[in-house]
Amino acid sequence: MTAIDSKSPGHDHAGAHTAGHAPAHGQYPFLAHHFETPAQQFDSAKLGMWLFLVTEVLFFGALFAMYAIMRYREPEVFSFASHYLSTNMGAVNTGVLILSSLTMAMGVHFAQRGKKGPLVTCLILTLLGAVGFLVIKFFEYDHKIRANLVWGPGFYEPVKDANGNIIGAPSAHADAAQPPAAVASAMPAVRIDPLIGKALPGEASVVRPSARGPAGIAPAAAVDATAAMQADGHVADGHGAEGEHGAGGHDADKAHVFDPNLPKMTHRFFAIYYCMTGLHGIHVVIGMFLIGWLTIRAMRGEFTSNYYTPVDLVGLYWHIVDLIWIFLFPLFYLIH
Amino acid sequence: MTTLDAPVPLDTRHSDDNYLTHTRGLLSWILTLDHKRIGVMYLFSVLTSFFVGGVFALAIRTKLLFPGEVSWMTADMYNHLFTLHGAVMVFLVIIPSVPAALGNFVLPIMLGAKDVAFPRLNLFSYWLWLGGALCVVISLLAGSFDTGWTFYTPYSVTTTFGGVIPVLTGVFILGFSSIFTGMNFIVTIHKLRPPGMTWFRMPLFLWAIYATALIQVLATPVLAITLSLLIVERIFHIGIFDPQNGGDPVLFQHFFWFYSHPAVYIMILPGMGIISEIIAVHSHRHIFGYRFIAFSSIAIAIFSFLVWGHHMFTSGQSGLMNVVFSAITFSVAIPSAIKVFNWLGTLYKGSISLNTPMLYGLAFLFLFTIGGLTGLHLGTLNTDIHLHDTYFVVAHFHYVMMGSALIAMIGGLHHWWPKMFGVMYSEFWGRIACTLVFVGFNVTFFTQFMLGSQGMPRRYYSYDHFPEMAETYKIYHHISTGGSYIMAIGFLITAAYLLHSLFRGKPAPANPWGGRSLEWQCPSPPPHDNFAVTPRVGDCYDFSAVRWDDEANGYIVDRSLDPELNPNAPKRTGH
Amino acid sequence: MSTHTPSHSPGHASGGHATGAHPHGDHPLVGHLVPLWILFATGTVLIILTVVTVAAHAIDLGEFNIVIALAIAVVKATLVGMFFMHLRWDRPFNQLVFVGSVIFVVLLMWFCMMDTKQYQQELVVGNPKLSQAVLDTQAPTAPIAAEAPRYR
Repeated sequence: MTAIDSKSPGHDHAGAHTAGHAPAHGQYPFLAHHFETPAQQFDSAKLGMWLFLVTEVLFFGALFAMYAIMRYREPEVFSFASHYLSTNMGAVNTGVLILSSLTMAMGVHFAQRGKKGPLVTCLILTLLGAVGFLVIKFFEYDHKIRANLVWGPGFYEPVKDANGNIIGAPSAHADAAQPPAAVASAMPAVRIDPLIGKALPGEASVVRPSARGPAGIAPAAAVDATAAMQADGHVADGHGAEGEHGAGGHDADKAHVFDPNLPKMTHRFFAIYYCMTGLHGIHVVIGMFLIGWLTIRAMRGEFTSNYYTPVDLVGLYWHIVDLIWIFLFPLFYLIH
Repeated sequence: MTTLDAPVPLDTRHSDDNYLTHTRGLLSWILTLDHKRIGVMYLFSVLTSFFVGGVFALAIRTKLLFPGEVSWMTADMYNHLFTLHGAVMVFLVIIPSVPAALGNFVLPIMLGAKDVAFPRLNLFSYWLWLGGALCVVISLLAGSFDTGWTFYTPYSVTTTFGGVIPVLTGVFILGFSSIFTGMNFIVTIHKLRPPGMTWFRMPLFLWAIYATALIQVLATPVLAITLSLLIVERIFHIGIFDPQNGGDPVLFQHFFWFYSHPAVYIMILPGMGIISEIIAVHSHRHIFGYRFIAFSSIAIAIFSFLVWGHHMFTSGQSGLMNVVFSAITFSVAIPSAIKVFNWLGTLYKGSISLNTPMLYGLAFLFLFTIGGLTGLHLGTLNTDIHLHDTYFVVAHFHYVMMGSALIAMIGGLHHWWPKMFGVMYSEFWGRIACTLVFVGFNVTFFTQFMLGSQGMPRRYYSYDHFPEMAETYKIYHHISTGGSYIMAIGFLITAAYLLHSLFRGKPAPANPWGGRSLEWQCPSPPPHDNFAVTPRVGDCYDFSAVRWDDEANGYIVDRSLDPELNPNAPKRTGH
Repeated sequence: MSTHTPSHSPGHASGGHATGAHPHGDHPLVGHLVPLWILFATGTVLIILTVVTVAAHAIDLGEFNIVIALAIAVVKATLVGMFFMHLRWDRPFNQLVFVGSVIFVVLLMWFCMMDTKQYQQELVVGNPKLSQAVLDTQAPTAPIAAEAPRYR
């Protein structure tokens, strides 16, 4: 089927048209047959894109609603678990995304002026920003997954090192007074139903030190943290806040299940964290494909000051991706 | 408005070159960008799904003839069947039926446009529909699913049947098909209206489609994300909806109904639009209260987002929210009743032609009134506690979703069938079938109101374990099943004469019913690009200038009869 | 292909920059050209606000931390919307569409939160005594929720 209809007869409402509109289809080869002016086509495309962005906002909106409810229900989980996220990395990623948004907006600007060279440069810069964002995100994910900072029941599995030994003692503070194996054997083999607190027999997945007394591990970190907590009524930063990405910080993360302050259902923080940032990441990847496609078309010189609609629309998409991250960043990384 | 219709734009192009014959071959259909062909493909896909869903329904009704276990259908099979019936009818049939099938065909022609704003996106959304349907088939092969079409957690997380994830994927895809259709229509209505067609000169069907599209765009993404989360929950046990891992099942219901209640209006609003057209055209009388009908569509669309909690009165939703949602639910009755009264006002002193579409229109008025009023019983907190999850609910939503939405769709199908395929079906058989469907429907579902108010729970495989009530239930179930058979015969007759008309039907005139909106001013079937001349638009409900013309063997728009154009035109009241 | 005589469609209202048809020179045929300095200024302000929000995070203000963080995020989002996404110069209906979508998100959040506030107590805290008893017999070392500190 043809998009441009060669059989289409002329319209005849003499006197109906207003001055200022240029003759349409012959002059503008990009004008589809069912539109009458480039302005009509552009406005339609733009409204369509805004409606699509509405669906994106609602799509993420439900996740934000879920976040709000979970945080309302379990504020202690969010205070506790957000300290396992690196504020620095999040902040850097925010900056990267803002800069790539800026280059995208500049790209639209140059496309509107029909400047091919600067347009291609801006698009490539935007693409690099997207890659940079994903690389940083990859390191964040990688680090967390290695430390069992994951969704679901796996969160409560004891972390093992390469040799299969359980990494128990947070060596950042404790001097490994107790061998990890002993830690594991001292733990009861029960799985706690997180909702009703009922302990279920089964494989060992919840390993929690008692807050009420020593049960084989009472490492210095735990004592420190408890003391600090009692001192100011807040979860101390002892279990690694911003600076945990040092060598010792990693081990501290790995010991999260031994943390005496570990609230119930901490895994749900990581569930929503992976859902929201993961979905956002998927959008970044889709955006990369779109920007790559634009770059190729721009290199071929397909965009002019008359026709740059795809650049504009992908730009809008890219900005909404940035916009969503602007909210994700404080909601996950900046919880006090 | 001084310029109205050009003197009867009788299109002289020969009807051999129309959208059906413009190009040939299978590829010219599956790669078409023509909204009319996409509409026709949707129509046949939807009707096929309707047949499949109907067969499921008949199987369920047949099982319920027997109070206890039967050898030919196990309880699990029964669960699968009612789940599939619901999922197929909701997601594959009713939601796309009017907007995507009839809307795609009619909307651009009504606007005098050549196509929808984004033809490629339109085709893509049809492919997505096919993909979604394919996923449902895959889920059948993968072990089917028995969650009910609502996929409530925690059961949908724990059920062991393997078809849950495929069908969730399918519904996710169907959701995007629906979103893209809605986007397309909003943009088309905003940007492609012809000269002279202001917002308040649009046919009311377009207002209804517009309101529907708003809901599709705003609500469907929430369903998409909810079902994605459910898939993730089922695979990774992330603890969001599943209480086993600390999740909140009521939250799932909130999210689900945030979409699925507005989705009820995605189903009914376009049906209301069709009824506005049918009632006005077949009573040959100006629609009564145009603006009220138009605004009530928008009002319903907005209210639809505020009442989702009335599905959750017994789900552990908090008391405060129960009261809030119950109160807002009643307010939806206002715009709905405005519409009904305006349709009745249109009928009053109209010269009513009891054509088949009109019969469906009148059936709609009757069934929708019952469906709407019983909705008030369910919106009331204390009666809902009693009636929740009984056949009363089943009967109520069948009156609304089938008795109203689908009956309107079938009425619209008969209304526009001559336009779509250029043939007339048998009026005689049309009236017979409509009567059978109407009678059969009421026998089937009115009985279920009684069944439900006496406590028969929905979704039950057997009812012989209610010793005092089993005999009573059995009688009602027998009547109900009998009604469903009558309805099935009605639909089979409909299918038969419609198919017959495709091959043997009399050629249809451009305007068989005497409509004034633009689709009746292009030939039947329409040419590839709809209009040779971009038409000028008048008041599409002013029928005073429409008269029968023997030469055309149909109605034509006669300028000399239009009082707006010709001061000497005979003044007529009533029509 | 025949030359068309286009008509003015009422579907796109006249006025605004979007229909300005000057297809020559440095200006686009359609749409609004945002000067580069505005883009740079917006980018700079966004980066500064990011630094500010991280800095504000370091100060403990209790409940106000999240208020401040979200307020800054809203300002940033508004800047992105207005200048990067051209909403400042876009059609009113497009602005309405975007703002409307946010309203619907708020609606969803608001109603769900109202409900959660009502029932979360019994749902989350559960029955501490029962939980305690079960834990004492089966998992003597585990802490329970009722004892877990809630920071709010």
